[in-house]
Amino acid sequence: MLSKVAYTTTARAFRASSTFRPVRFASTQAGPFGANRKAAMMWFTKAAAASAIVGYGISNYVLTDDRMAPVYKAVSEASTELKKKAKEFGIELEIPFTVAHAFSTADHGLHPPHYPWDHYSPWKSYDHASIRRGFQVYKEVCSACHSMDYIYYRNLVGVSHTEAEAKALAAEYEYEDGPDDSGQMFMRPGKLTDAMPKPYPNEEAARAANGGAYPPDLSCIVRARHGEEDYIFALLLGYCDPPAGVNIREGLHYNPYFPGGAIAMARSIFDEVVDYEDGTPNNASQLAKDVTTFLSWASYPEHDERKKMGLKTLAISAMLLGLSVWWKRFKWSYVKSKKIVYRPGKFDEV
Amino acid sequence: MASAIAKQTYNVFFRRSSAYLAGIFASAFAFEIAFDTVSDRVWDSINKGRQWKDIRDKYIQ
Ligand code: HEC
Repeated sequence: MLSKVAYTTTARAFRASSTFRPVRFASTQAGPFGANRKAAMMWFTKAAAASAIVGYGISNYVLTDDRMAPVYKAVSEASTELKKKAKEFGIELEIPFTVAHAFSTADHGLHPPHYPWDHYSPWKSYDHASIRRGFQVYKEVCSACHSMDYIYYRNLVGVSHTEAEAKALAAEYEYEDGPDDSGQMFMRPGKLTDAMPKPYPNEEAARAANGGAYPPDLSCIVRARHGEEDYIFALLLGYCDPPAGVNIREGLHYNPYFPGGAIAMARSIFDEVVDYEDGTPNNASQLAKDVTTFLSWASYPEHDERKKMGLKTLAISAMLLGLSVWWKRFKWSYVKSKKIVYRPGKFDEV
Repeated sequence: MASAIAKQTYNVFFRRSSAYLAGIFASAFAFEIAFDTVSDRVWDSINKGRQWKDIRDKYIQ
């Protein structure tokens, strides 16, 4: 709102320049809402207050829910009828504002808290010791149910294991290979070029063993879930008793972070289920953090290289920016230091 | 003195296009090596103890 002082100043400015034909500002003009801006403001304030009161009155005392219910019902029936008719003609009709979507964290899963992952910083690599421990957790716990079809033993070399270690890890399992000279398939120990062993031969077998639920492949799971690391970590440790009134079917488990709340995976991370070789405490949250870091690496194996590249790009771009600023000033120095002087020539007085 | 150096530089690098081009290639080569060395060192020191090369000694036979 324009203050009174501002008004008088404008008015005075007018008087000062009265040699010109006086032009009136729109704000000082009498209009349909009052004699001047202040009056108009008052008018709008009153109008807003009045319509709020009238609106409140109408919605609470005149068009009450009881009275409106039949109208809503009629509208919704009509729109259903309309949709049906449209469908007969092969048109999927979606009438806006006729559908209500309520958001419920029970249906969508509780949002996980944001944890301070140390590799979230733009200049931090993964903690490779953590990836190594996480692989151990995956191998000893999760791999009983979850495959990782896109992670090969060779991927571990130079990331979390030495070549000799990765070879030894692969050789712990038997893989089918072949056919041999006689056309027979045969079993041989795993090699670096083999993927993580599958716990089940196919999806049907996996479902049959897990009460109908399919334990998803974990190769890209961090990419594949909203909340990424935060979600996986919260899910692994989020098991608790269901709240009163929530019934969990036999074979399912309550986990508020899982959409719907009932998950077929039982809690598998407990204190000390894995023994670390490097002396890191093996409590449940450490195990969950490590396995989540490992899964994050599996989803984003290019992470370290990408961040390093990004920093180099920023450094080079900063240099180029400096150079281009210098270049611009170099080129413009001629224009900027030019002085334009008007020297009137001889001309006749009129 | 400064002008002597400038003159020398001009004569060696800018006088002939072939020398100019060779100079660009050579300095790009040198710059890349220097830049990569420095930035890798910075990266490694920020991430000390986190990368595989920092922990591999524990596992290599
Ligand atoms: C006893 C078998 C079993 C073990 C062990 C197991 N899981 Fe699961 N997991 C399942 C099943 C079954 C599902 C599917 C759950 C569903 O859809 O209700 C699942 C689902 C998941 C999901 C996907 C949840 C979602 O949002 O869809 C993640 C992530 C997961 N498991 C991670 C792990 C990790 C990490 C470990 C190791 C610490 C692990 N699981 C160990 C059986 C297991």
